Order: sequence, then C-alpha cells, then structure tokens
Amino acid sequence: MVAALTRIFGVHNLALAEDVVQDAFCRALEVWKVRGVPENPSAWLMATAKNRALDVIRRERTARIFAPEMGRLLESEWTSAPLVEEAFAPPAIRDEQLRMMFSCCHPRLAEEAQVAIVLNILCGFGANEIGSAFLTGRAAIEKRISRGKKVLASSKRLFDLTDAEFASRLSAVRRALYLLFNEGYHGASAEAGVRVELCSEAMRLTRLLREHPPAAVPETNALAALMCLHAARLPARLDSVGDLSPLLDQDRSRWDARLVAEGLALLERSAAGHELTAYHVEAAIAAAHASAPRVDETDWESIVSLYDRLMTIAPSPVVALNRAIGIAQRDGAERGMAALHAIEGRDRLRRYPFYPAALGELERRRGNREAAREHFSAALALARNPMERRFLEKRVRTCESASGSER
Amino acid sequence: MGEFVYLFRIGAAEQREAMGTPERAQQSMRVWLAWMRELEANGHLKNPGQPLEPQGKVVRGRQKAVTDGPYVEVKDLVAGFIVIEARDLAQAVELSTGCPILEGGGSVEIRPVTKSSL
Repeated sequence: MVAALTRIFGVHNLALAEDVVQDAFCRALEVWKVRGVPENPSAWLMATAKNRALDVIRRERTARIFAPEMGRLLESEWTSAPLVEEAFAPPAIRDEQLRMMFSCCHPRLAEEAQVAIVLNILCGFGANEIGSAFLTGRAAIEKRISRGKKVLASSKRLFDLTDAEFASRLSAVRRALYLLFNEGYHGASAEAGVRVELCSEAMRLTRLLREHPPAAVPETNALAALMCLHAARLPARLDSVGDLSPLLDQDRSRWDARLVAEGLALLERSAAGHELTAYHVEAAIAAAHASAPRVDETDWESIVSLYDRLMTIAPSPVVALNRAIGIAQRDGAERGMAALHAIEGRDRLRRYPFYPAALGELERRRGNREAAREHFSAALALARNPMERRFLEKRVRTCESASGSER
Repeated sequence: MGEFVYLFRIGAAEQREAMGTPERAQQSMRVWLAWMRELEANGHLKNPGQPLEPQGKVVRGRQKAVTDGPYVEVKDLVAGFIVIEARDLAQAVELSTGCPILEGGGSVEIRPVTKSSL
C-alpha cells in the first residue's frame, strides 16, 4: 500500500504515504474492535487507505507538491479519484512494488541498509523485528532505515523500470533478496534458528521480479531455483522436538516435493544463458542434495567440484568450509580435516560456530572423542541462538557419554 | 445564453480499458482534465459537476422497493455530470464533441436546464 501511495504522492512524500497506511490500520483496529473483523479485512483496509489518500489530496492540494508525473491531475475530483483507484488495482500494486524494490536498492545505500528498507517498506516489518533478524539493536536499525528513506526521498521519482540503469540495479535487487533469504534461512536470530517469514518474503519478491519480463533473466531464475531448493528443506530443518537438524540427519521424506520440483524446473530454465553465476552454482549444489533420496546416495563427487567452481566465482571462508565438509564425505575425515585446516582467511570464521562444530564432527569420526568434545564446547560458546545452543549441547553430551563408556 | 447538463455515460468494460494500466490511466486523466480546462478557459464551464461511483441503490415504485444497481456490467453507466453554458443547444452539442469519453466508446447526453420564467 505504501508503494501504491508513493506512486500518487511521490517518493519525496514517503513519510506521508506511511502515515496514511498507519492511519488506515489504526482506524481499522478501532472499527473492528466495535463491529468485529469484516469478511475481507484486506479489501477493507485498502478502501480505507484510498479514502484517507483522497482526504490528504483534497486537504493538501495547494500546500504540497505531489508526484511530478501526476502534475495537476490531483487538482480535480474528476481525475484524482480514478487515479487513486487505479493505483490500488492489483496490476498497479505489483508494478509499484517492483519499482519500489528497485528504488530501495539505491547505489548510495549499503547492502544491509537496502535489505532493511525493503523489509520495512515492502514487507511491513517494524524496526524491532528487523533488528532481531539482523542481531542488531532497534536503534541501529532505525538509523539505517531513516538514512535509507532520506536517500529515497531525495530521488525525484520512483525508479523507472525502463531506465538505462535497470541491469545494474537488477543485480543489486537480486543481491538484496539473496541476503534477505539467507538471513531467514541461516539467520542468527536471537529467538529462532530459522525465520520462515523472511524466506517467504524473499521468495514472494523474487517471484514478482520473475513476472517482470526484463528481470526474468537466467540469473534471476537461478536465484529463484536456489530459494525453492533450500526452502524445500525447511520443514525438515527442525526435528520432532524442535531441535536443529543438520542436512545429513534430516528426514528427507519431510522435504517439500513441490518446491523441489519447482526449483529443479527453474534451475533448468536458468541454464538458458551463457553465464554461470554464484546463484547457478549454489542452486546446483542444492539440487544435488535434493536429488538424493538418502544421504548415502548423495553425489559428493559433483558437490565437491561445484564447490570448487564456487570458490573461483565467489570465494569465501564459509564456502570453503562447506567444500571441506564435502571432501570429508567423499574422501573421509582425514582429508576433510586437512581441507578445514587449509581454509584461507580462517580467522574470519572465528565467531562462526559451525567451523569448530565441523572440526568436532570430524574428530568424532576419527574416534578422538576428547578433541571432538573440546571443539564442540568451543562451538557452543559461539552459539547465536537457543536452537544452535541446544544442538551443540547435544553434541558435547554425546562425546562425553561416549568417552565415559570407553574408559 | 443557456445552461446545459452533460451526462456522461460509459460501459464498465470501456472504462476498464481507458484505465487499464497506470500509464494509460494517467494519459486518460490528462486528456480529460485538458478538455475540462479548455471549457473553463473559454467561459463555458458553469459548474464542474461531480463524478459518480459506479454502484449504488435504486428505489422504485410505491412499494419503495430497494434494489442494488445500476449493475456494474450495464452498458451505459452514468459516470458523472457537469453544467456548461452555451449560446444554444447547437453550440452545446458542438462543444461536447471534444469530450474524451467519446474516444473511449462512451456517450454524452446534452440536456438543456429548464429555466422557469418566473
């Protein structure tokens, strides 16, 4: 709704658009408290927001300059009402969200600011929720959002999807959606290990992107494939008692078959171009896992070579860590351990609990219970949420009881 | 000089067509406003009238039976009215030919306002 209103009011009046939506919500709550929630609450909200918007236009017609492309059209009742109506029609809303998404990914904004402002404006998340998703305080996020909005407000109009900058902006948009999805999937959220709503918002916005033909390029399909294939595993990511379940231990029958199929189809479509991006490779790795009905049927050979490829396109210590785990699966714990120790920039994993956890796992497989326990304890000290903590505590306990029985 | 009411009518489908996309809607509205401004500039716009919502109620007969209506799919929904000033009916007709609603498949009904001779 904010995006739709921004179309009418202009980006520089973003705050006004937000006020109108906020107002509509408040009115809704008041009315619903007395009369009960109507049958179609979102239509009701939409109608209220439209009326509030027209009130604002009537009241501030002379005092304020609205969207420049609307010109004087908002001066007359004959033309302003149909335009507000039109801005709220479903195809227009889709369009506005898309334009807003591109506007939010402004080159003058840092990536994490882009993600924060997308979450705030397009997904309606408050500073508190965003702060907990990013392990950052509310104040820091508020600052990030308000700085982002200032940048937005300084642009004359919403990003034009036919702009020459479209292609470069598109990759920023993809990157922001990728970060958003990852934040939900691997998120270091204080309460939960997985923030499903962040993943589903990222997927919704990516779908929006794919529905816009100029944006539906192979790289976008690869990103969408990657999200589907990872999201397919979400139902199995927590076990029956709500504990984190690593990929190798997951009950694969709980994977979402529909999402796997959609992801594989998207991956196939993403192969249409000549380029091979990090999204392609990551999606291919996820596809290799998704295609193995049982862990021991996993094609570790191709997974390791895909990680090799990923290390040349987008090297990072976390990618190297995952590659080492693949090597351990393919060649055994000794070789995996060697690969872990050989990771360049290992110190950047200093605060990442899954590095010591991987060391611990491989030591356990080599039969070094005591060393394994030490590594798991080190990982436990780095745990970022109760889920990780419980997961690692279990590992530490397993080592303790096993080494106890050996004695 | 006399006063005339323009009654604008258009079908729901035609209206959707004119407002189909945000760009088309803006274009349609721009043309509409330009026409109104021209009437005004030439001293013909007596009263800018009111646009009307497509749905309402109809009350009929002694029973005061209330029905929904007019139906949205009706071919010639009254979309609104304005009051203009013209020399005579012929000029009022002439002025109406510039109305953009005609391009969009709608119609303008021109009715002289009854002036009592009191």
